[in-house]
This record gives sequence, C-alpha cells and structure tokens, in this order.
Amino acid sequence: MSDRTDAPALGPVEFARWIWRQLTSMRTALFLLFLLALAAIPGSVIPQDNVDSILSAQWRTDHKTLTPIYEKLQLFNVYSSVWFSAIYILLLISLVGCVLPRLAVYARGLGAKPPAAPKNLTRLSAHRSWDGDADVVATATSALRRRRFRVEVAADGRSVAAERGYLREAGNLLFHFSVLVVLFGVASSKLFGFEGGVIVVTGNGFSNSLSQYDSFQSGGLFSDSSLKPFSFTVKNFHADYIETGREAGMAHEFDATVNYQTSPGASSKTASISVNHPLTIDGTQIYLISHGYAPLITVRDGQGNVVYSGPTVFLPEGQDFRSFGVVKIPDSRTADGKPLQLGLQGEFYPTYAFTMATGPISLFPRADNPAISMLVYQGDLGLDSGTPQNVYTLNMKGLKPVIGAKNKPLRLDMMRGDTAQLPGGRGSVTFDGVSQFVKLQISQAPDSWVALLGMCLALLGLLGSLFVRPRRIWVRHDPASGLVEIAALDRSSGGDPTPEVDDLAKELGMPDSKSVSAEGGA
Amino acid sequence: MSSDSWELLSNQAVAACAVVYFLAVLAHLWEWALLRRATPVLAVSAPLVAAGAGGGGGLTVGTSPSPLRGSPSGEPPSDTSSFEDQERADLFGRIGVALTVVAVSVHVVAMVSRGMAAGRVPWGNMYEFTMTATCFVGIGYLAFYKRFKLGWLGPIVTSFILITLMADVLLLFEGVVPLRDALDSPWLVIHVVAAIIATGAFTLGGMASAMYLVKERWPNTRPGGYLSRLPDLAGLDRVAYRTQAFAFPIWTFAALIAGPIWADHAWGRYWNWDPKEVWAFITWVVYAAYLHARVTAGWRGRSAAILALIGLATLWFNFIGINFFFGSGSMHSYA
Repeated sequence: MSDRTDAPALGPVEFARWIWRQLTSMRTALFLLFLLALAAIPGSVIPQDNVDSILSAQWRTDHKTLTPIYEKLQLFNVYSSVWFSAIYILLLISLVGCVLPRLAVYARGLGAKPPAAPKNLTRLSAHRSWDGDADVVATATSALRRRRFRVEVAADGRSVAAERGYLREAGNLLFHFSVLVVLFGVASSKLFGFEGGVIVVTGNGFSNSLSQYDSFQSGGLFSDSSLKPFSFTVKNFHADYIETGREAGMAHEFDATVNYQTSPGASSKTASISVNHPLTIDGTQIYLISHGYAPLITVRDGQGNVVYSGPTVFLPEGQDFRSFGVVKIPDSRTADGKPLQLGLQGEFYPTYAFTMATGPISLFPRADNPAISMLVYQGDLGLDSGTPQNVYTLNMKGLKPVIGAKNKPLRLDMMRGDTAQLPGGRGSVTFDGVSQFVKLQISQAPDSWVALLGMCLALLGLLGSLFVRPRRIWVRHDPASGLVEIAALDRSSGGDPTPEVDDLAKELGMPDSKSVSAEGGA
Repeated sequence: MSSDSWELLSNQAVAACAVVYFLAVLAHLWEWALLRRATPVLAVSAPLVAAGAGGGGGLTVGTSPSPLRGSPSGEPPSDTSSFEDQERADLFGRIGVALTVVAVSVHVVAMVSRGMAAGRVPWGNMYEFTMTATCFVGIGYLAFYKRFKLGWLGPIVTSFILITLMADVLLLFEGVVPLRDALDSPWLVIHVVAAIIATGAFTLGGMASAMYLVKERWPNTRPGGYLSRLPDLAGLDRVAYRTQAFAFPIWTFAALIAGPIWADHAWGRYWNWDPKEVWAFITWVVYAAYLHARVTAGWRGRSAAILALIGLATLWFNFIGINFFFGSGSMHSYA
C-alpha cells in the first residue's frame, strides 16, 4: 500500500479507516468496475481450460515459450485466477461498504417527513405563483395525496411539503443486494454441482456412476453419493444437414432417442434429447453436445481369430466430419502363432472423395460414401505399463509402421465392406459399416435458480433506480399578501418537474395567463 | 408467395430503402447547409457564407430542384433572405424526416419479408442481425424524435444506417438458410430481440454522447453552424442518459437473464465465459460504470460521455469483432 506519504504515520485504526474510506468511495468503485472489464478481456483471447480444454491444450503445444509465463499468470483460467478474484472481491467489499451506510440512511428516512419548504421558493427552477386564498393549502394537501405524495402540512398551516419516489433508492439498494445474491447462487451451484462428459455409441448404455464418465469435474462440496442412480441406453441418433448455401453441411436438426430408468429396477421410459431440449432425470440434466461416427472395424489375427471387433469412436475434426481415430489390438498373433501388438491410426471420411489438389476429403457430413484410411503400426502399445492412456491416440514410443508395397508405410484405404489383408501373415482388417455416437454432457447445478432469481431482482431494482423519479413539491400561502407559491425539485438526474407543477397549479386555481416564471427544468 | 419470392422482395426492399436513406441524408445535408446561411439576425456583420452552396448543393438538385433556384448565393445576407433560408431549411428538414419515415417503412418490409422467406424471426445470422438492428435504430430515432427533439440527429442517424446497411449487404450478405439446431428456440426471439433493441438504443445514445464531446471541445462555433444548433450540453447529456438508461435494463435482460437461460437449455451451462459472453459482460460493466459516473462529482459530463462511447465500442466490437477475430472459438460464431 502507499507508504510514501509525508504526513504523520497513521495508527492501525486510522489506517484501516482510511483504507475503508478509499475502498468504499465511488471513485474506487468506478475504477474497479473498469478494471473488471479490462481483466475479463484476456479470457476471451486466450483459450480457457474450463471453456475448451482441447483448444487450450493445443495452444500450449503451439506456444512453448509463452506457456510457462501464462501458466504463472493463470491466464488459462482467468475467471478463477487470483487476480480476477481479487478485483471482484474488492468490488464486492466496496459495494457492501457503499450500500450498508445507505441502507441505514434509507431505513432512518423511511418514516421521515418531507422536509419543510425552503425560505425562497423562487430559486427552484420549476416555480409558479399567483394570488389566491388560504384554503389552497388544504386543496393542495389532498391533491398531493391523490398523486401519491407523502404530505406534511406545516405547523402554522401556511404551507405543505410533499415528497414521493422513495422507491428509487429502494430499487438502488435492491439492485446492489441482488448482485450479492447472484454471486451466492453462482458459487453455490458451482460448489455443490458437477459436470461430466461421456461418449456413447448408439446401442450402448450408460449408468450414472463416476467410473462411467470420460471427464468429470465437480465442486468442492460435491460428494459422489449425490449422483442419482439412473441409467439409459442410446437407441438411435438422427441428424439432418443443410444441403446448400454457405452453411451447407451444417447439422440443423439432430436428436438422440434414449430409453432410461430412474433407478435399477424402475420401469423404462423413452425420451428424446436434442439441442435446446435436454433430458432431466431426477434433477440431473443430460445435454446432447455433439455427435460423430464410430466405424465398425473387425480385426482378425494371422490364424483367422477375431481379435478386435466393434464400433470405434472417431473424433470429428471439422464440419465435414472427417474424423480421427485409432484401433489398439494388444493380443494379436501372426500366422505362425507369435504374439503381436498392432495399432491402426487414421481417418474416417463420411462422404469420401479424392482429388489430386486436396488429397482425400469428405464432401458432406452425412455417411453417404464412408471410407477409412489408416496406417498400421506394430510393436509395443504401452498398455502394460499401467499408466492411463488416451484412448483416441496411439503412444508412438514403442511402435513402428508396418511396411507395405514399394517400401512405403502400409496404408489401408477401405470402403464399407472391404477387407484388407495385412502382409507377413499379420491377419486382416475389415471395415464392416458405420455406427454413430453422441457426446453427452451430464450435469447438476443445484442452486442455479438462486442466481436467476438474483438477476431478476437486480433487474427489478435497476428499473426502480432508473425510472422512479423522486420529487419534492412545496405549496405555500402567504396570508399577508395572499401570494400562493408552488415549486418542485427533481432529485433524479433526468427529470423535469415543470409539467407536473403546471398541472398542479392549474388544479389549485392558478389563473391561466399569470404564469410567473417558467425556466426549463434541471 | 414462395420463400424465394419473399427473399427477392427482401433484397429489393433493402436496396430500395438504402436509396431512400441516401435521399434523406442529402435532404438533411441540404437542410444544415441552408441553416449555415440562415444565420440569426445578430450575425449580419458575419462574412458571407458560401459553404451552403458549395458542399451539399450540387448533389441535392436531383431530389427537389425547384425551390433552390430562387436564391442566388452571392446575395448579401439580409434579414429576409436569412428568413427564407430558415424556412427552406425547415422544409428540407421535414423532407428529410419524411424520407426517413419512408425508408424505415421499407426497411421494415425488408425485415419482415426476410422473416417470411426463412419462416422464422429475421435474425438468424449476422446479415439479418445487422439489418434488424439498424432498422431498430431508425425506429428508435423516429419514436423519440418528438419527445427528445431529435431533429439535430437526422444527418447522423440516416448516414449511420445507410453506411451500416451498405456494409451489411456488401460484406455479410447470405441467402436464406434454415436455422441450426441451437438457434431453434423461443429464446432466440426473446434474447436477440432484447439485444437488438438495446443495441439500437445504445447506438442512439452514443451518438448524443459523441456530439456532447464534440460540442464540449468546440463550444464557440459560428452561429448558424451545425454545432450551434445542437441542444446545449446539459440537453445532450440528458438525451444520452435517457436513451442509455432505457437501453441498460434491456441489455441486462438480454445478456444476463435471457442469455443464460437459453445457454442453460442449449449447452448445459448458464454462463460459459464464451468470448461473446465475456464481451457482453464487459459492455454491461462499462455501462454500469457510465451510470455510476453520471451521479459522481468529477465524473459527470465529459468522463461519463467517454465511458458511454467506450461502452458503445465494446458493444459493436462484440457484435462484429468477435466473429472475425475469434471465429470458430466462440459458440456464438453464427450471430
């Protein structure tokens, strides 16, 4: 903090008070708001771990020098970083410190009477006067009450003071309080909630336990026992694609049909999950995030035994759904019975085409003309080491490509139904057909309604604080001269009370011609 | 009518309303050019003002040639000629507003027929969003024209809409395609219409804030010039504040209530720190700072106006910049 002041040293109490005053000043609040906006920017430029972990991992491998610096600065997790948190926590303290005293003032003022009329009403910009009777005070009192002013008649009965628009400050306080509610709701839904991802091939099932998830993140106060015991099977998946135009190839309608049970033994129900229409089972929500292809591949060893068979998930690489995947066959044998580990790695093309300029491409995301093109490796897959492995890549450390014709690495290019023989009695690979998979996000955000409620309250408060116009009006009658004066003060920053003053003056019997002063409103 | 003919109608209506906007710009330019000559009586000793005949003059002949021929610009500025110029300027001002009404009506036709062609709301991609947002700027301007006495805003609003609309057609045009799944939701209507109205109002408010800064920088302009006919600083500040205070709750609703609800339905997260969300949040924070600044001593007026313009810049950057700079990284990359 600032040590370079020449003033006598502050005691701890004075220092704390000084800090508090600085922190809760409007200037600091403005500065912090601005800082918050600035601090949010890096998170939109640098890929964030919790937004797109694949993208941020990619970015890390592409930028070797910057990565350690960014890691130190927590730039991959901007919104949970120390410095971002520091800004909004300071802002919160500033907000509380600003609002609490105002709350006290407001509470005290809640029953207060409107302040008595100032001596010189002509100084106010919205001001009228004329000659009238003494009963104008009584008329004004009831007229102002009708206009829902809080009215106070002076002890001498010669003047009346009125005020309205108390809700502006109430709205203001409600808004600031609601910001706290929103943060509380967000924090609570994060702490007690979880979010998991899983890929399910059509025809396969999922039951809600930790081991079934491909990825799983949960808040600090989440416990595994709060996972609901449901299960489901993905029966079918269907996608429609836009055929023409700039957005050709984009899926515009896709949905998955699932059979689910809320608990083992419960009756089975059928439901459809599509984008914008998640399935909610027992408070847990299941979203359809994306989809892709799982080619059916069968591998036989050198002796003709099936050593691998089934749908294999290939991850889409773009909108054309050209997809990347691997097959790991740890227990194959050569024709003469020697153990052999094989790995296939390559791409899947839903609508295969080939041009000299582009090489193999996929013309359309629908599986109209599916093909796979894979390189074959042999050696050690590294599965025995016990360390967990990414199922979508091969660990190349112990692997060598199998060499095919013309001394080039063997590449299997297969259309649906093709079988390719591997050289040297290593067996064969068959491309039987294509299944689809869906990527589901399963999550529970228990108190997110609190955040929503807070935001709605904030909006309500905002409307009050922006559009309620607090206003004071005074009417005075001078028995000596018979002069009636009426004046108003607008306490908001955008209102002009002149029309209301004119209206009221007319009601109180001001002659039409005799308007004395009518400067424009503040 | 078939989808194709609706689309054709929409495209032709966009072209037509652009032409009318152009004529409105010309009318307003001519109005202000005349006003430069129609100096108040006290400025009789001022030097001859020939600019009115120079700049806008030649262009406007096509619009309405007859009343212009009468006054040779070399004539000394007597009271009567000044008065005539004032009358003519008023006439052109009215013509400009009338043309703007026509242009906005045709603009609405373009918007509606685009929606008819697509069989949905006309804001499914950037082209449609820009078309609709500029239309709302125009509607907002006409709606507040009387109440806030926005006559001085005419040339700025019409040229802004014209330029934005042209850029939209040239750079962002797309044929009608069905919506992708994530957008096929009632929240598309609610979330985006709120965002569009707020964008329109913020844009209008930003124009007033910009003119506030210009007028504050050059307070002593020649009487009769454009700046001298703007409302005074307090008036500009009030118009800016009112439109922006109107827009802020709508933006709050669009970005922080409707958006998260929809995101929760579509993606399973109500707030994802997606670039578009980050910048919507930044815009919100800057305008919150603006509203605070306006009630804080030392920040009133100039600083508040600068904050409002920063807010407007983040708003438009969010809309245009995010798509071009961050592209596929944003889940909002379609709009």
